[in-house]
Amino acid sequence: MNDRKYILTGLVIFFAIVTFPFWYNLGKAAPGPDIKLTEKAKAAKTCVMPTSYMRAEHMQLLDLWRHNVVRNAERVFVNTEGKEFNMSLSNTCLDCHSNKADFCDKCHNYSSVRPYCWDCHIENPKEAK
Amino acid sequence: MENSRRRFLEMLGIAAVAAGTQPVWNAFAAEHGSATPEPSVKKGPNELKAKQWAMVIDTRKIEKASDLEPIIEACHKLHNVPHFENKHHEIKWIWEEEYIHAFPTDPNRFLDERIHHIPFLVLCNHCENPPCVRACPTKATFKRESDGIVMMDFHRCIGCRFCMAACPYGARSFNFRDPRPFIKETNKEFPTRMKGVVEKCQFCTERLAVGLQPACVEASNGILTFGDLYDEESDVRKLLKENFSIRRKQSLGTEPSVYYIV
Amino acid sequence: MLELAIKGSKKFYGWIIALLAIVGIGFGIYLMQLGFGLGITGMSRDVSWGFYIAQFTFLVGVAAGGVMVVTPYYLHNYKAFGKITILGEFLAIAAISMCLMFILVDLGQPMRMFNVLLYPTPNSVLFWDMIVLNGYLFLNIVIGWNVLEAERNGAHYPMWIKPLIYLSIPWAVGIHTVTAFLYCGLPGRGFWLTAILAPRFLASAFAAGPALLILLCLIIRKVTNFDPGKEQIQSLAKIVAYAICLNVFFFLCEVFVVFYSQIPEHMDHLKYLFFGFHGHDSLVGWMWSSMALMLVGIILLVNPFTRKNETTLAVGCGVIFIGTWIDKGLGMISGGFVPSPLHHVTEYAPTLPEIGITLAVWAAGFLILTIFYKMAIGVKEEVRG
Repeated sequence: MNDRKYILTGLVIFFAIVTFPFWYNLGKAAPGPDIKLTEKAKAAKTCVMPTSYMRAEHMQLLDLWRHNVVRNAERVFVNTEGKEFNMSLSNTCLDCHSNKADFCDKCHNYSSVRPYCWDCHIENPKEAK
Repeated sequence: MENSRRRFLEMLGIAAVAAGTQPVWNAFAAEHGSATPEPSVKKGPNELKAKQWAMVIDTRKIEKASDLEPIIEACHKLHNVPHFENKHHEIKWIWEEEYIHAFPTDPNRFLDERIHHIPFLVLCNHCENPPCVRACPTKATFKRESDGIVMMDFHRCIGCRFCMAACPYGARSFNFRDPRPFIKETNKEFPTRMKGVVEKCQFCTERLAVGLQPACVEASNGILTFGDLYDEESDVRKLLKENFSIRRKQSLGTEPSVYYIV
Repeated sequence: MLELAIKGSKKFYGWIIALLAIVGIGFGIYLMQLGFGLGITGMSRDVSWGFYIAQFTFLVGVAAGGVMVVTPYYLHNYKAFGKITILGEFLAIAAISMCLMFILVDLGQPMRMFNVLLYPTPNSVLFWDMIVLNGYLFLNIVIGWNVLEAERNGAHYPMWIKPLIYLSIPWAVGIHTVTAFLYCGLPGRGFWLTAILAPRFLASAFAAGPALLILLCLIIRKVTNFDPGKEQIQSLAKIVAYAICLNVFFFLCEVFVVFYSQIPEHMDHLKYLFFGFHGHDSLVGWMWSSMALMLVGIILLVNPFTRKNETTLAVGCGVIFIGTWIDKGLGMISGGFVPSPLHHVTEYAPTLPEIGITLAVWAAGFLILTIFYKMAIGVKEEVRG
């Protein structure tokens, strides 16, 4: 086996490349996103569901909303407090959170997700640009 | 209410398989304890209901293209239907055709002057036996059980265009490119579409849900009548009882829900 | 066995690099299509399927054609074909891969492709097409690989392969039948709405597939040390001869029904293809060439003198392959969309980017074919010593 040194060099290069992102970002933790609420959202105090739930699971909730609106013709959401909401991303969510850039995008950019909601849903129904 | 809650939870089961949403409710239940009432969904209080929505187009009230313009305008404006100069990429939900194109399988010779000259309004027929629904490989287009509307789920459509080949009425359009730059005035309360999906008329489900008639009917000045095909007292049934009507390509067995009084 | 596929001459590498270059360019154009949408193709609201789906349809035929070497050997114990069954199976693998790629590039939202599995819909023929195509690909990979490996080791292939081989025979018929059902079950599309469509597809498949195989055999004899055999090529030629006759016969049956019954919805499409319709006639020249090529093919392959002469045989196979390609890869799909269901005439022609992507898929298919054939022939040369 005369190939040992080739194999070892290869392995070293492989690991160097694979672990590169860790070396590169060492000690440079990016600060968490600083999310801004609109006055309207602040005044409402709570979203359709508790904040902790919304923070972690809003996408699943939206998925259920869209499924029920599009496929079952059910458009009213009743939350745990018995409050009713029109299930609409553009007309309900973005009515309060009319600051998409400071609210949605900041977090999405931070976590490096690119939801394609905005390819169809108008992002600023109330906000005059 | 009870029924809709059950269905919502059933839905959750389905969605959990599809998208892994089960943890949502587990997390939710853990946080709030099982005594907390569960969230649910329901229909709006003003929703218009029918077994099968249908439309009657009274062509006797149509004289010229300008009679139809506000109807088409109302629909296309409300639903953010783009306008393409390039005919190949055209998107239309409701539009006008001459008799021989609207009814190409019944090309009567020596048509009377009126039928020959007036524009006919065409749109998705919301067939009772829709070939497009049969063709769709993902159930992105489906016949809604509750009221017979042939719906499009734009989130699910993969853009295979099988439904366009299957539709004998040319009712379907495909987004060959991003439609947004081609929408003159955007209605911010209604979504646009994205490139790569198929779209068509949905009988204004978003308006029926809040107790309004479809936009085209409202703008039609009495040319269009909308109602439940299986309710003998409905306006459409009354019109059909009193007048001779035809439907497009009836021999294909698709059972269109749009009727034309000629 | 893969190591056999990467050891080759300079010429071999040149060929591989040329194919890779075409694939690379085509992939670049595909990225453009992904960004802009299918608007960069010639497809339209009226002609909503074009070149991609037509190539797919034609290549399903080529894949199904592989069964014409499998059946005589395994079912009728026709020993001579034992030498070339692997070529038929590997051709099927390459053809099916191209089919899947053509479907993929035709989707408006390819990222959502797996919705077909996520929401299985048995009433959609496309759902079944997905199952039969992937099934056929899987069958051929498993069978081809195991049989070839056994041959290399000088052993008999494992017994559990046998039922899979038997299954692959009706399955081959199945892929093209289901593909025909995509079209012939649609109301309001008079051109396709005919029960002869699936038989016609199969006949043209059993002509085009084996014709290509003959050409490949002749090339293999020339560039390698493996001779697929004179008897084998002659037997394949007879299969092509019968199949192309059947294909033309089925087509004439359709022509009779359409023009004798004179029902416009069925007649207008054929009129458009062969005579032009309301002044639109971009396919007329192509369609008559297709007919002429198939006719020349029949003359060259039915006549024993020209069939036994391998030069005229090669010409015959070439014209049959091109003739059936025009028929299915050009006329079959646009012909069904013109005139439209509302009786408007919108003509279709592929655009340059569309042709670029199409060529790239073909190149990718030939790359797969080259690698698999290299392996098969490597084994054959090894075994022969």
